[in-house]
Amino acid sequence: MHFAPYTGWVYPNETVFEWSVLIAVYPYITGLVAGAFTVSSLYQVFGFERLRPVAHLALLTSLSFMVFVPTPLLLHLGHPERAFNATITPHLTSAMAMFGFFASFYVALLIVEGWFANRPFIVEQAQTRTDLLGRFYRLLTLGSYDVSPHTMHFDKKWIFALAVIGIPAAHGLHGYVGFMYGSLKSREWWSSDLMPVIFLFSAIISGVALLVVLYVASCKLRRIPVDAACVKGLAYTIWAFIMVAIVLEALAFANLVYKGREGIDTILQYVTGPLLVPYFLLQFAIGMVLPLLWLSYMIWRGTTGKALIVGVTVCACLVLFSVFMMRWNVVIGGQEISKTGKGLLSYHMPFWGKEGALMAILLTTAPLGLLYVLTRLFPPWADDAAHAHG
Amino acid sequence: MTKDSKPELAARRAFLVKLAGAASCAGAAVGAATLGLTPAVSAKTAPAADGGSFPTKDYDWTKHQWGFGVDATKCIGCLRCVEACKRENDVPANAHQFRTWVERYVHLEGEDQVRIDSQQDPVNIAASGSEKTFRFANRYKDAKVYKAFFVPKLCNHCTHPACVQVCPVGATYKSEDGVVLIDHDYCIGCRYCVQACPYGARYFDEERGVSDKCTWCYHRITKGLQPACVEVCPVGARIFGDQKDKESPISLFIRNNRVQVLRPESGNAPNVFYVGIDKEVN
Repeated sequence: MHFAPYTGWVYPNETVFEWSVLIAVYPYITGLVAGAFTVSSLYQVFGFERLRPVAHLALLTSLSFMVFVPTPLLLHLGHPERAFNATITPHLTSAMAMFGFFASFYVALLIVEGWFANRPFIVEQAQTRTDLLGRFYRLLTLGSYDVSPHTMHFDKKWIFALAVIGIPAAHGLHGYVGFMYGSLKSREWWSSDLMPVIFLFSAIISGVALLVVLYVASCKLRRIPVDAACVKGLAYTIWAFIMVAIVLEALAFANLVYKGREGIDTILQYVTGPLLVPYFLLQFAIGMVLPLLWLSYMIWRGTTGKALIVGVTVCACLVLFSVFMMRWNVVIGGQEISKTGKGLLSYHMPFWGKEGALMAILLTTAPLGLLYVLTRLFPPWADDAAHAHG
Repeated sequence: MTKDSKPELAARRAFLVKLAGAASCAGAAVGAATLGLTPAVSAKTAPAADGGSFPTKDYDWTKHQWGFGVDATKCIGCLRCVEACKRENDVPANAHQFRTWVERYVHLEGEDQVRIDSQQDPVNIAASGSEKTFRFANRYKDAKVYKAFFVPKLCNHCTHPACVQVCPVGATYKSEDGVVLIDHDYCIGCRYCVQACPYGARYFDEERGVSDKCTWCYHRITKGLQPACVEVCPVGARIFGDQKDKESPISLFIRNNRVQVLRPESGNAPNVFYVGIDKEVN
């Protein structure tokens, strides 16, 4: 067991860090789900035509990451075999108790929407393939081979309805993750009414940024030209949401400092000391303000072509990094400030072990493996005439 | 503490026994099946009669309202309470996880800031010689001490416990007699309760994979004994008793003193009452 070094005065029991990097990974993955779903909805519900090339990819991305959402939590639990207790006998006053229901509902929604969106492809494969995969697709048709215009119209209505329900579901799920921290009164660093909205907006920008990276990478892998209009559409989306995200975080921080409640001296000592680089430099300056300025410049100058694609992709990578740093600074940062308000602790992240850095990296990247498999089974590429659907 | 200690469960078992009885009357086939069930259920409740059981037989938690007092003016920082608690409750043998601990507050002449330390302080660990016994290092012997005092700490068994509120499975709960308990057979080990407690009273037991904290020695108090820390305190700095009994030590302590609680602004409404603490204590 590692006992955290500390300065000042901390409670003895605080010298063991109870929430590790995995608890930072958990809201990060959940955020990517919500953000990716936002992109899908912008096309399906709000008719953002230029996002068509990524609309289906967004849905598959959302599903791939959602499947992995519970994994960091299960690895963290002292008794993972009892995890279902929270669903079977939920303690209704707990912010955590509803997670199983929300998450299950959302996974089901993603699967059903994904099924409707991919039905023409599934039917086509079921009818043409004779191998083992053909059986798989025939099973997936659920006995419905009707792809007449009338049925397609019916399917579209379902996709629209599910996408509409999915917006509050995805955003509710993530806002709720923020509430789990914001509602705790034991830590001044977490206890903010703005926390759920901050989590939500950072989630959206991270999901959109992930899609930029995935879309550009997929085009390169498939050796097809990147649709600059689509990338620009995603850039606009990041630009709009990142502004709100910055303003909200700045407001929350200003509130904390301005109220200056007990322990604020220690918090200020922390943010101007150990948190200076991870918070102000990495999360804010490099991860949020730089992409905002860069995107603004490209929009202002009407940048297009390769410069736009490279610029937006780099900005997206920075945003992905920034949002992870935000999760880190909340989860780990919150625990580094003692509940006493009179001391600071430092978290040591092991590399190995079930709650180490390697595991955190594996869990964050594992959904990409699932996404690869899903894109092979249900190609989401709008440019591919044979597979174009939706 | 086990799940089996809950009276609801006892009621549930009684119900099952009745169900089994009713079913056996209903028919031979059903009866045969239930005969297998009945002894198993009875076997689980049977040990309650043999004295070494928990909860104590005939203990009625509706008849008590336990409370705890700390007279900081009496505490001498000997830490016998901490050691007794560790042994009595099988608390991990290290200087970082406690059900109860003692804080030392020292104002030195000419300094504005109070100096606070406790058992996890490396200097105190060095003075103890091991992490199984505890003592405060005599670190201020050459300094001019303006004011100094000790403050014993433990779970506050709050009336509105934040830990109970956040537990996703209800494994930690407030008993009828005012004690906040943990069902170690039901706890999933998420540690949300550890985060939610504003007093740092909870820790996570790695070996058992569950959260843990002070229970006011529930296994002792339900037998009419005092909590281990109260029992060993040589100066009577820890006071424990039934608030429903107006002549109990805790009732007299609350009546005869101006008591205060820690972090009243949290809304948790603690049930550990302090006398003789200073403004820095939280």
